Amino acid sequence: MSWTIIQQSLPEFAKGFRLTLWLSLVGILGAMVVGIIVSLVRYFKVPYLAGILAAYVELARNTPLLIQLFFLYYAFPVIGWKMSAAACGIVGLIFLGGAYMAEGFSGGFNGVAKTQLESGKALGMSSWQLARYVVFPQGFALSVPALAANVIFLIKETSIFSVIAIPELTNTALDLIGLYYRSNEYLFVLVIAYAIILIPLSLILTWLERKVRYGTFGN
Amino acid sequence: MAHSGINVLLEGHNFARLLGGLWTTVWIAALSLLIGLALGAVLGILRTFKNRLLRLILRLYLEFFRIVPTVVLLFLAYYILPRMMHAANLPGSLMAVVAFALWVAAEFSDIVRGALISVPKHQRESGLALGLNRQQLFYYVLLPQAFRLELPATINLATRVIKTTSLLMMISVMDVINIGQQIIEANNHLYRTGVFWVYGLIFVFYFLVDYPLSRWAKKMDAKQAD
Repeated sequence: MSWTIIQQSLPEFAKGFRLTLWLSLVGILGAMVVGIIVSLVRYFKVPYLAGILAAYVELARNTPLLIQLFFLYYAFPVIGWKMSAAACGIVGLIFLGGAYMAEGFSGGFNGVAKTQLESGKALGMSSWQLARYVVFPQGFALSVPALAANVIFLIKETSIFSVIAIPELTNTALDLIGLYYRSNEYLFVLVIAYAIILIPLSLILTWLERKVRYGTFGN
Repeated sequence: MAHSGINVLLEGHNFARLLGGLWTTVWIAALSLLIGLALGAVLGILRTFKNRLLRLILRLYLEFFRIVPTVVLLFLAYYILPRMMHAANLPGSLMAVVAFALWVAAEFSDIVRGALISVPKHQRESGLALGLNRQQLFYYVLLPQAFRLELPATINLATRVIKTTSLLMMISVMDVINIGQQIIEANNHLYRTGVFWVYGLIFVFYFLVDYPLSRWAKKMDAKQAD
């Protein structure tokens, strides 16, 4: 292990670090939006659309991100759909993450205690009011643990972007290893880089889970 | 149809080669799961013991595997482990089994621990009241009940391992994806849309294996919630 080599590689890794953070942020926010929409459509059982989105969730959850990315990056261009590698990465992450987030939200909404729904009805709430004042606030709180797990999962999945040559953290390390054959040093920096992102984040998310425990009311 | 890309699958031995790649994928996943579950069960039981140092070490082991992406675990196993063991040229498939098995062990240890501590307290107390010793208590009371509790999570873990085998190509294992890439490259001049069909078939392969498993896990989870 040579510290000079590590030091020299830090500017490169800093670039990859920023890209990993940026792609994760866009991907996770996009996945949350998709997840909320899909879970709402499924919660209200919108005709046709609910079925299509259920199929989407199963497809996205039961296939590897790597194949999804290969499809976007290599197979789509032959039928005239060409996107940059970064765009493919983000679309792929949103496709995969949206399905996981949808499951997380659905789990939360369905976990709201029946007594809460019945009390709402007894108070004369309309179904919109029931959704707005009873199901969503409690459902969101209940889905926080699943969402937190998904956030960590999706950040780790960005490492797979390296297969379509997006210069994020893992790709940076692979490139450097290919150039200088110093796998010890570069893999060490790579692990530390992920630890710097994920350890604080997982502590924050655990704290957040504790903050929103009120979701279990009535169960 | 003469020049349709689907012909790339029918040509020569291409389909058989893809099935061969799939077999590599399947045995690596199965062997990793087998070793990982066995090791994870032991670690999970150890994590319910009172020894604080032991618990801390096992917790750190788990957290390491939670933080490091699986691709990176594969690289660590492929680039660093052989050198640490002073062995050159260990095949990627062997190192993949090592990496996956250690990862499965970490995740499964948490599943086992969670299941063991959620077996109702009175079960343990009743066992002790009947005069069972610690070993008998684990063997006859806690483990069978924990097994039922942990089954859905274990099946989900298996689906994750199967999906993760897609990463094997990154350490040059001749898995289904790597073979698919070779076929695409060799036939690119003939069938421009071949890439669509080959990746499409692999996509379907993964789905056909994972979907029934995840359905099964979901069903069992729902049953337990009742």
